[in-house]
Amino acid sequence: MQVSRSSTARACGARPWTAAARSAVLAGCALAWLTAGCEREARRYQDLPAGADRQTAIRVGQLEPGGRQPEAPVQSPYQDNAWGIGEGKRLYSAFNCTGCHGLNGGGAIGPPLMDDKWIYGAQADQIYATISQGRPNGMPSFGGHLPNQQIWQLVAYVESMSGQTKATSSPGRNDDQLGALPESRRSPQRPVQAGGK
Amino acid sequence: MNPSLQSVLRPSGAHAVLVDHLFALITTICVVVWILTALAAWTAIRRGRVAGSSATDQQAGRHVAVATGITVVTLIGILIATMVTGRAMDALRVDDPVRVKVTGNQWWWDIQYPGAYPSQQVTTANEIHIPVGRQVQIEMLSNDVIHSLWIPELQGKIDLVPGHLNTLWLEADYPGVFRGQCAEYCGAQHAKMALTVIAEAPGDFERWLMANRAPAPTPTTPDQQHGQEIVVKGPCSLCHAITGTSAGGRTAPDLTHVASRSTLAAGSLPNTRGYLAGWIADPQHVKPGSRMPPTGLQGGDLQDVLAYLETLK
Repeated sequence: MQVSRSSTARACGARPWTAAARSAVLAGCALAWLTAGCEREARRYQDLPAGADRQTAIRVGQLEPGGRQPEAPVQSPYQDNAWGIGEGKRLYSAFNCTGCHGLNGGGAIGPPLMDDKWIYGAQADQIYATISQGRPNGMPSFGGHLPNQQIWQLVAYVESMSGQTKATSSPGRNDDQLGALPESRRSPQRPVQAGGK
Repeated sequence: MNPSLQSVLRPSGAHAVLVDHLFALITTICVVVWILTALAAWTAIRRGRVAGSSATDQQAGRHVAVATGITVVTLIGILIATMVTGRAMDALRVDDPVRVKVTGNQWWWDIQYPGAYPSQQVTTANEIHIPVGRQVQIEMLSNDVIHSLWIPELQGKIDLVPGHLNTLWLEADYPGVFRGQCAEYCGAQHAKMALTVIAEAPGDFERWLMANRAPAPTPTTPDQQHGQEIVVKGPCSLCHAITGTSAGGRTAPDLTHVASRSTLAAGSLPNTRGYLAGWIADPQHVKPGSRMPPTGLQGGDLQDVLAYLETLK
């Protein structure tokens, strides 16, 4: 305790802090830490499907007639949300993504999702577009078949498969008995653009 | 009979009667032992230590030995009674039972009646029909976590374990509607994971089975046809299956004959048009955490979907 107090004093340029200020800072940090934890775990059951704008606002080109439409979010609303990513993991099996991309994203007749190669872009909005629009040579389009919030949950999960989400929000275990590392322990891959087949 | 009431004290089948007898025996023994113990304690407290008592350690030791002996004999008696009950239950098994497969899911029950051919298989949810007076063999698995099937009027409870087949035998002695529920905490909506068991005359059961083997009826009115289009092309078909249409999802209850069932959302709501509308419009209000996402269906579309679902008898 003695050591840490003197080091704090040194770090603050030996300015005399009162005990009250120090406890206030500590309490603030604790609160921030705790509420950050709440956000991570928040179960957003009541998220209604976003309007159609999110779906149409994903644009490939930069030019637009008239006024600019609202931009699609570049990040999944569930990017840092452990519940949302977990739901994405469940949906990944439920909607048979496993059938082509492999149980843990290792790939099969579809491209692997746990590596660093991205044919149609690694950004969240690009992944969203890939899932909702479908892609040539086998990727079905799920737009209109899935509520938007479920697509965003899948986007967050797909990002977690190659370590693009925080380890603290990514799934920590697998329900199946295959030996793949859970998403939270995979090393982050640096996305590179790969050519399509 | 009101299926919302369930009671272990109202056995309605051969197995449940055996369990009930064992329960009565053990309860009686426990009550007698409790009364004797309480009386002994009360007497001891009242009398207190008598001055100049001649009781020795040897005498006290003898009393403890006798009490221990009586306890051990009683416990062994209960053990024997339990084994006899188990044997009696085993003896009830027959070679040609009605076979039912129950798969637990968060938070609903998938019910299947295997047939000789795939087309004879019946898939339903949250409602088990059984013929009165016949042995029923229920094979149980789980798709996610451990659940437990408990229909107090018919049998004791047995767990549904992922990857491990458990079997439960039961029989209903007379027609009735019995409520069952999940008896192993399984997540947010464990409390709203109930099921209904309908015991009916063998003829009625066969008719029900035949009716449920049929594919879903074709919608006739424009409203119903539009409703079917929304269900099959929209988000519903990714999780729900309706035999005879291209909706083939297997992660949510089969809707082929949903209108013939008595409850919605695993015993959460009565199956009426109003409740169904509320459930489809905002399932997360009725059952927060349920796997059914908010659909955003509104107005005319919702009414048409309801009109279609009501035809699925």
